[in-house]
Amino acid sequence: MSSRLRRLALGLTVAFLPFAAAAQDLAIGLAGSITSIDPHYHNVGPNNTIAAHIFDRLVDQDEQQRLKPGLAVSWKAIDDTTWEFKLRPGVTFHDGTPFGAADVVATFKRVPWVPNSPSSFSASVRPIAEIVVVDDLTLHFKTQKPAPLLPNDLASVNITSRKAVEAPTAEFNSGPAAIGTGPYKFVSFQAGDRVVLARNDAYWGAKPHWANVVVRVMPNNATRTAALLSGDVQIIDAVPSVDLAAIKKSPTLSMASITSNRLIYLHLDSFRDETPMVTDKAGQPLKANPLKDPRVRAALSHAINRKAIVDRIFEGEAIAAGGFLPEGFFGASSKFQPDAYDVELAKKLLAEAGFPNGLAMTIHGPSDRYPNADKVIQAIGPMFTRAGIETKVQTQPWSTYATQSAGPTYAFSVMLVGWGSGTGEVSSPLRSLVATPNKDKGWGASNRGRYSNPKLDAAIDEIMATIDDKKREQLLQDATAMAMQDHAIIPLFYNVNSWAMKKGLTYAPRADEYTYAMTVKPAG
Amino acid sequence: MTAYVIRRLLQAALVLFVMSLLVFFGVYLIGDPVEIFVAADADQVERARAIAALGLDKPIWEQYTSFVQGALGGDFGRSFVFGLPAVTLILQRLPATLELAFAAVFLTVVIGLPLGLWAGLRPDGFAGRTILAGSILGFSLPTFWVGIMLILVFAVQLGWLPSNGRGPVAEFLGIKSSLFTVDGWRHLILPAINLALLNIALMIRLVRAGVREVLPLDYIRFARAKGLSWGRIVGVHVMKNIMLPVVTVLGLELGAVIAFAVVTESIFNWPGMGKLIIDSIQRLDRPVVVAYLMVTVAIVIFINLVVDVVYSLLDPRIRLKDLDH
Repeated sequence: MSSRLRRLALGLTVAFLPFAAAAQDLAIGLAGSITSIDPHYHNVGPNNTIAAHIFDRLVDQDEQQRLKPGLAVSWKAIDDTTWEFKLRPGVTFHDGTPFGAADVVATFKRVPWVPNSPSSFSASVRPIAEIVVVDDLTLHFKTQKPAPLLPNDLASVNITSRKAVEAPTAEFNSGPAAIGTGPYKFVSFQAGDRVVLARNDAYWGAKPHWANVVVRVMPNNATRTAALLSGDVQIIDAVPSVDLAAIKKSPTLSMASITSNRLIYLHLDSFRDETPMVTDKAGQPLKANPLKDPRVRAALSHAINRKAIVDRIFEGEAIAAGGFLPEGFFGASSKFQPDAYDVELAKKLLAEAGFPNGLAMTIHGPSDRYPNADKVIQAIGPMFTRAGIETKVQTQPWSTYATQSAGPTYAFSVMLVGWGSGTGEVSSPLRSLVATPNKDKGWGASNRGRYSNPKLDAAIDEIMATIDDKKREQLLQDATAMAMQDHAIIPLFYNVNSWAMKKGLTYAPRADEYTYAMTVKPAG
Repeated sequence: MTAYVIRRLLQAALVLFVMSLLVFFGVYLIGDPVEIFVAADADQVERARAIAALGLDKPIWEQYTSFVQGALGGDFGRSFVFGLPAVTLILQRLPATLELAFAAVFLTVVIGLPLGLWAGLRPDGFAGRTILAGSILGFSLPTFWVGIMLILVFAVQLGWLPSNGRGPVAEFLGIKSSLFTVDGWRHLILPAINLALLNIALMIRLVRAGVREVLPLDYIRFARAKGLSWGRIVGVHVMKNIMLPVVTVLGLELGAVIAFAVVTESIFNWPGMGKLIIDSIQRLDRPVVVAYLMVTVAIVIFINLVVDVVYSLLDPRIRLKDLDH
């Protein structure tokens, strides 16, 4: 080959090859949209993911959401209403200013202040009645009543600089206020499209491998997979079920997955005396709401073939559920096994409850929001029908479903919903899903079935006043057992979070679905 | 002509008003936006705070009146989700969409016009028949499928082009655009082709039909008898007379690709307005949905007005007057 020809060939190759990424560059494809860099503006997964790169929390969560030291090196309850936090010495912000107690105070002041926030973190700092600065590295948080979950709550609050106490969200998005202590520095942000980050070489913790990180938003499943296959990105989250088999077989890709903190379950209207979507077999209204009878709720649970749903719809990437959170989370236990699939038992329970001829009903599910939600609810319909309950299935987009299924509308009787525990422990679903709705306590805000059980409420009260971890863990298990025996909800399965990446990379998968560039590493 | 333009602008204002009313109340009826974007584990106090922070605690008619008041002053409200003024958000996305739209229309003209001309001048030749048959493919293949195939072949299999997204932007004459960078073009080619395909097919058919209609007419024969060159006959006499429908359709297409490139923008993850509107509808981000539709209606009305004016320039017989004169 003449040298001219060779140069031409080289030129062509350079022109057409995707810009070869340098060894220190990482591009991530995320399914969810990033709406802001302000870590206190919008409490939503993708935003929290980005915030975790730029900022630190007092308390950190590991891959299983167990607590570990962050900007606080230690914390302990001095008495029932005082938490002492010791801060990490020698930490500096990206702009070189040292980190201290004043930054924490400023952050907690800013959190409830952020204007126009569609979803804030105020609830996480609300238990704190007063902050006492003991010295620059010691803080006392005084609470009005015992707050055993304060460390868990604070694990979601990113610490911003004291200079940013009154910085509006726009100043974070454009950069000047996006100053944290985290492993990455902010470079640029295009809303809904991408975030560019650069390594913070002065970081106090383990130094991340990648010098430059681009996080790109790719909501379309096919697009996200194609971007990984073509090498535009090196890792994607939320691997679509349809692509799982191909990715597992691919010689150039590898996968990482972990059981999620998200339970998919059926909520049942166990409140109204007449429920809108259940009738007798002939379609005539019933005198009473059968879903108030625990035997009917148990019958529904036994009519569901969870294994078939997991194997057929999720290609095995889900885990049949019998509790609120999978094993390994605080308060969860292997005691809570899924109800056995037993159509005869279901029929028997129905007969005992006074419905030997069965029932007829319409069940509802969202068509988006959770992976394969529409397919799951469509599979459950025929399962109920087999057990003698003539069942119709309706799905709606989440935008309408969310309103219809919640108050004050409460249009449904049996509905499919999901719950991810932000705190990583069992009191979160107990308080939100099965506690009697109570505005003052902040309970039952997502109790779409309005299940109410005074004994369970009393148990939750006790949990929320117990600071001792060991004792509280036992109480959580007891309360879970009570809720599950009564079938307050019907757990279906836990999601599995999965990531797909270029062969030669590893990722430490996270139960909270967050994708951290810090834990993407070259293999070996 | 001035009176005509003024009247058209008044009509446009009316359309915009009716549009805002329909969309505002339509989105309100779909559902409660706070249910969508408040964190799932938010308690009642936090929900009430979010509702009040976004002004959703007021009665709907009051929300609408304050929207109209703001809109008259150019303020269409803030996005619930991004916290930015809706118009700012849309204008941020506009350059990406315009790039894609102009590239697609450019491809339509440089590919569709000559092919259509050829097919019209030599309708029975092999090339002419092939072009016509090819245009049927352009009509019948669904956009989302072609898009995925383009990605599979050129990005995944051959690895020549990036699979999605917009390339880096550069500034030239004060305009920031990815058209001024090589990588920008590499990102643009596939989505532009995908968006242009249907339009190219339409253009081929339109031009071919026009040419075949015009060729047998007397003035063409006279021109030939006069001994004019073939090039001049086609380039001036034929072209000028088939331009009316071509300009109409190009105008409509430009409006359509700006406003409704939703499918292509989604598949190619193009950060334009189409992707914004789809995301916003799913999130019930009402200020963005309303402002978006207002902006696109305004753009489409403007393009149509321009088309009407171009008409009168192309064909002196057309006067811009209202029919009832």
